[in-house]
Amino acid sequence: MIAFLAGMLLAASAFAQSPQAVPALHARVTDLTGTLSSEQTAQLESQLQSIEQRKGAQVAVLVVKTTQPEAIEDYSIRVAEAWKLGRGKVDGKKVDDGVLILVAKDDRKVRIEVGYGLEGAIPDAIARRIIAEAIAPAFRKGDFYGGLKAAVDDVGKLIEGEALPPVWQPGHEAEGSDPGDWVIGVLVVLMVGMFATLIIGRILGPMAGGVAAGVFSMFNGAGAIMAGVAGVGAFVVLLAIASTMGSAMRSAGGGRGGGRHGGGPPVWGGGGSSSGGWSSGSSDSGGFSGGGGDFGGGGASGDW
Amino acid sequence: MSVRSIARFAAALVLVVGLTGCGYNDIQSTDEATKSAWSEVLNQYKRRADLIPNLVNAVKGFADQEKEVLTRVTEARSRVGQIQVNPGDPASLKQFEQAQQEVGSALSRLLVVSENYPQLKSDANFRDLQAQLEGTENRIAVARKRYIESIQKYNVLVRQFPVNLTAMVFGYQPKPQFSVDNEREISSAPKVDFGKPSEPKK
Repeated sequence: MIAFLAGMLLAASAFAQSPQAVPALHARVTDLTGTLSSEQTAQLESQLQSIEQRKGAQVAVLVVKTTQPEAIEDYSIRVAEAWKLGRGKVDGKKVDDGVLILVAKDDRKVRIEVGYGLEGAIPDAIARRIIAEAIAPAFRKGDFYGGLKAAVDDVGKLIEGEALPPVWQPGHEAEGSDPGDWVIGVLVVLMVGMFATLIIGRILGPMAGGVAAGVFSMFNGAGAIMAGVAGVGAFVVLLAIASTMGSAMRSAGGGRGGGRHGGGPPVWGGGGSSSGGWSSGSSDSGGFSGGGGDFGGGGASGDW
Repeated sequence: MSVRSIARFAAALVLVVGLTGCGYNDIQSTDEATKSAWSEVLNQYKRRADLIPNLVNAVKGFADQEKEVLTRVTEARSRVGQIQVNPGDPASLKQFEQAQQEVGSALSRLLVVSENYPQLKSDANFRDLQAQLEGTENRIAVARKRYIESIQKYNVLVRQFPVNLTAMVFGYQPKPQFSVDNEREISSAPKVDFGKPSEPKK
């Protein structure tokens, strides 16, 4: 009974503390404790970058003070869900080739969180061995860089042996949706556009259609550029339809849209381009962001 | 742009939104999301069940005298295998949870007992199995959490105006939820600290 009450108290105090925030992802190595020197960070980063350049898989390292009040597993999956390491879809297939190596320094706990797509290459038992044999001995000696470097080496070798889709090439959309969605989308946009053309005129109508197309593409996971292209494309097609419809409308006595030529401001045509979609894969301009990979809690935890 | 044409443009936007605004599509997608989240839950429970024979065999090799604990695991596993669960039915869901919970506690008992056998503990095969089990328990916790979230999303959607009308017309009911106390227990009970025998929890 007393134990039960104590448990309740502990649970209550755990709830009272708010969980640790997930840091923003800017680089492959995020050290919130100042444990690694900038030189060591740079070395780890170049190691991780070369994994991504060769295989496309995204591996990131996060060092925090503590994950309390959460268990390291709970914090780790939240970070993984927020960072979305690994590629999302390549050629319509989910890849999910991300790995997160999380160190909670003051808790003396470490976790290797493995994305769905690498659960075969890095099974839980192997992840545990990396922790027990590569990370823990070095960490015990206070050599955090050495432990992380060895772990990244091991993870890199395992990924090397895995058949993954080739590294992202220009022209491939990393994130896309099923062709079925697109067909429906095109039909909806055409109908909306024609409807709108009838009601609000043959410039504004196609514009509305273009915006609709752009917004629709955004909602279906297309990147900003694709959405913009879809928006402009829909605008042009609808404009063509509208000009044929226009003669019918004029003869019906509407007399609309006569006074303005040359279309509206270009911003409407590119409906979807206002906000960015997922940036896929790596970006070479210093920043780093996840490619949309999913995690399901695979991997292992350990301590030192 | 004149006020009138802006008004027209707004009208067009309202039209675009209105066409998808009755919520039918949202019901479809959230309903589908709950189903795929549920199948992931089942998947991970199955994965745990599949690990049990190997684990039992590994323990048997070193600690055959722990018959009672071993039988309890095996029996709990076979009970789970017999259950046909319907996630839409609260009673069936509860029964399923209880059975899974029994498996979880039987397994954690097994792991506690195995602490008494140093040879077993240092056996590489057993350690790998233990890591797999731990990983699977974590996957179960994640899958359960995601299922709970997907049900939440769905239930809020079909209860809210005006989507509740659409849901009523097409016969979409709110779905039963996993009980959260059980979730804490299930996700934390079988967690094992290897390396150090029994570290007092903070």
